[in-house]
Amino acid sequence: MSSRYTVPLRSGAEGPPADLVGGKCAGLLELARAGQPVPRAFAVTVDAFRTLFADPALRAAVGAVLSELDPVDLAVAETVSSEIRRLVSGHPVPAELEEDISAGYRALCAELGQPDVPVAVRSSATSEDLTQASFAGQYDTCLWIRGVEAVLDAVRHCWSSLWTARALVYRAAHGVPDEGLGMAVCVQEMVDARTAGVAMTLNPVNGDRSKVVVEAGWGLGEPVLSGEVTPDHYLVDKVLLVPVRTVVGSKFHELVPAPDGQGLLRRPVDDERRAAPCLTAAEVVEIARLAKQSERCGGAPQEIEWALARDLPAPSGLRLLQSRAETVWSRRRGTAAEVTAESGAAGIARALTGL
Amino acid sequence: MATDTRTAFPSPYELPDPPGAEGWRHLYPYHLLFQEDRREADESAFWFCDSQHWPSVIKPFETIGAEFAVKCLGEYNTRYFLVPTSYGLERRIHQGYCYLSPVPAPADRVAERVPEFERRAGHYFGHWEQLLAHWKRKVLETVRELEAIRFAPLPETQPAEEVEAGAGTGASDALLTRYDRLIALCHRGWQHHFEFLNLGYAAYLDFFLACRRWFPDIPDLGVARVVQGVEMELFRPDEELKRLAKLAVELNVENRLMPADPGAHTLRALAVSGRPGREWLDAWDAARDPWFNFTSGNGFYASDVYWRDDPSLPLGYIRDYVLRLLRGETIDRDLPGLVADRERITGEYRELLDPAQRPVFDAKLSVARQAYPYVENHNFYIEHWTMGVFWRKARELSRLLRSAGFWPADGDMFHLTRDEVREALFDHVNGWASGSRPVGCDYWPPEIARRRRIMAALARRRPQPALGVPPPSVTEPFTIMLWGIDEERIRSWLGGGSATGGLTGVPASPGTAEGPARVVRGPRDLSLVQEGEIIVASVTAPSWAPVFGKVRAAVTDIGGVMSHAAIVCREYTVPAVTGTGDASTLIPTGRRIRVDGTTGTVTVLD
Repeated sequence: MSSRYTVPLRSGAEGPPADLVGGKCAGLLELARAGQPVPRAFAVTVDAFRTLFADPALRAAVGAVLSELDPVDLAVAETVSSEIRRLVSGHPVPAELEEDISAGYRALCAELGQPDVPVAVRSSATSEDLTQASFAGQYDTCLWIRGVEAVLDAVRHCWSSLWTARALVYRAAHGVPDEGLGMAVCVQEMVDARTAGVAMTLNPVNGDRSKVVVEAGWGLGEPVLSGEVTPDHYLVDKVLLVPVRTVVGSKFHELVPAPDGQGLLRRPVDDERRAAPCLTAAEVVEIARLAKQSERCGGAPQEIEWALARDLPAPSGLRLLQSRAETVWSRRRGTAAEVTAESGAAGIARALTGL
Repeated sequence: MATDTRTAFPSPYELPDPPGAEGWRHLYPYHLLFQEDRREADESAFWFCDSQHWPSVIKPFETIGAEFAVKCLGEYNTRYFLVPTSYGLERRIHQGYCYLSPVPAPADRVAERVPEFERRAGHYFGHWEQLLAHWKRKVLETVRELEAIRFAPLPETQPAEEVEAGAGTGASDALLTRYDRLIALCHRGWQHHFEFLNLGYAAYLDFFLACRRWFPDIPDLGVARVVQGVEMELFRPDEELKRLAKLAVELNVENRLMPADPGAHTLRALAVSGRPGREWLDAWDAARDPWFNFTSGNGFYASDVYWRDDPSLPLGYIRDYVLRLLRGETIDRDLPGLVADRERITGEYRELLDPAQRPVFDAKLSVARQAYPYVENHNFYIEHWTMGVFWRKARELSRLLRSAGFWPADGDMFHLTRDEVREALFDHVNGWASGSRPVGCDYWPPEIARRRRIMAALARRRPQPALGVPPPSVTEPFTIMLWGIDEERIRSWLGGGSATGGLTGVPASPGTAEGPARVVRGPRDLSLVQEGEIIVASVTAPSWAPVFGKVRAAVTDIGGVMSHAAIVCREYTVPAVTGTGDASTLIPTGRRIRVDGTTGTVTVLD
């Protein structure tokens, strides 16, 4: 089923190198191999992008626009960006490439037994220097894409997001050359989420690594990720997998599939659901367990994105959408607090007196 | 949301007596009562009801446990080990229940106590096993001496040989001396009890507080599961029951254990049933001493029934185990599983620490694990064994005085304070000496009847959770750990019980379960517990272990994560919520409930 330009991301598949599928896809593949419940997906390899970009006419046109970039003038960067993106996404895609991507999507639909499976189309950058930056939302993601044509459009859109204004400015500021840039794309089955959000395998407030923080909102996870809603906040003990604290947020709206099946709908949440916890204790524990497993796979504290399918109960309906290394506390060693070395009577005296 | 939240608990000076209980104050010694001339100080202090140890009304004689235990606890903190911040506890009996008030060490004495504490406690931690072996010898000697006490009727006359030998003293002197010795040995037992206990808790606390620093929101349960032992002497009696159940099946004598009301007659029947029966009885006898010096109570009540004295209890449990064996169930606790679980949890927490902190973790954990088993095991030696013998001897004396005409029923003596018993005993020997009818024979029967009515009136009312004025903050770690009293608990007491069908308490043993509630008001109700029920009690004793094999979950009114119920439930992997405040009064037997021992919630389902 594997073709020249696409690779299925699932356990058992012969692993393509990260520089072929990009960081995001490589990460998902690793999770799939570790048995984590990642949605079905395939990668459009960086070769596809390179094939497109091999056209000297396109390269020349992009190069010309790029020469106008002034990294300190954001308005110019925006103009340059939209001009290049127009060039890239408007460039005709070679037929063999189009066929491969369409075949990849149809295979996904066949596998799931559903025509026009809704997918998320995500950029998966390959440049080492940029993997960190991509987490800041440097590159684009297109959600709830259905049908071959829409998928192709979304892939082109992701390719072109190599030249978002932010990416342009970032590369200029960090001296990253445009030569050798590449962009793979991840096409991933999309879960119609009842509840979704993020989790972190430490408490970001104090660096306590014995905790998992779960944040959740109704519907798809994007409003939580972008900070548009105040999510529910659950603190879970990572060792015992026991919730220790819950703060219910204010989920003013949710992002859900539109009733006609086309695209997404951002709608207000009624008062009752807004203030009600969007997860049960058992679901919180399942999500924490998932985060803990991801940490074990990654060998370092992780931030994950997860979703709970609308029509399935917790363990079977839980999907891991993404997992990446936590970077703030992980650079420090261990936990924040130190305990003095005395034990026995001296330790007790100190503990009791606080001296 | 509570609408009329109080800021203080009732004053003991203003709490009206329960109807019919008037005059209860005369049944207790002056120093156990809230006295009018100390009103100002006592009213502004905070007194919590220790219903964990004294869940029901305390008869006058039974104050002995409260007095000796609380005195010895304080003595070790204050005078032996000089625990820097804590002295002992003040104690009062009010309307039949025991209230305690922690006494902190004065702030200006704390610093000077530290080096002495380090020296003395450090010595104990450094010589723990050796000192504990010595302790065991002391306890066994106390038990042996208690066992040797006999309360025999006075002879009609002193034997001629003794008179002629010039002994000069005889039966009356011996009787008085034995009583004094009985009381002194009881005191000594409580002295033994606390020699290691406070240090055991302190070692636990040290590790607990360190964990709180490393992992700020670590659940209490996490620390408990890291420290707690698996094979403890406290569980040995239950292990012996299981062993006897298996042996019965092996020897094909299990049918003889099946009657609905097993008892001494069951044992007699086995004795004449042939060789296998006798072989089983030998095993029974071997287990009985010392392991059936074990009560379903807690050692503080004269009514506590000890297995050794009433074989119907252990035989009933053995029958339950036999039935489960015949159904093909395993009755053994999953010890390897418990050990593996403990090591996994320990390893995971340790792994999360900065490598430089791991040796600190190891050192503190090793002290805690060394010291902690005592916290459970001492129960067998003191509450069960020593106090079992003590109560047996005390009952012997009560029967002696009953046959001397002092009161009509076997256990009536316990309606007297122990000093009144000394007086009655003197009255008795004086009657014998003078050849006249003791005054007590006329004085005590109506007085005991009156006291019985007062006790019944007191028992009709539940105690207040606390009295007086709560402190602005609870920082004393022992109070928090042992009695589960913290600011939140006090707030919930002040706010009154919630009526929403949901109860919260301490998540004490993980897991969830649903089933019909069985409210158990005391050890006597234990026989009512059916397979698959959820036990709901004011407080449980460790010796209820055998019923934990058949219940789905446990809920208690009182106790924290280190309470007996919590420990036993974790040992038997039964979900538990402790310290709910009033589950046993709000939930009736038969009501279906859901217990979530992981989050600490109890939900009434119908």
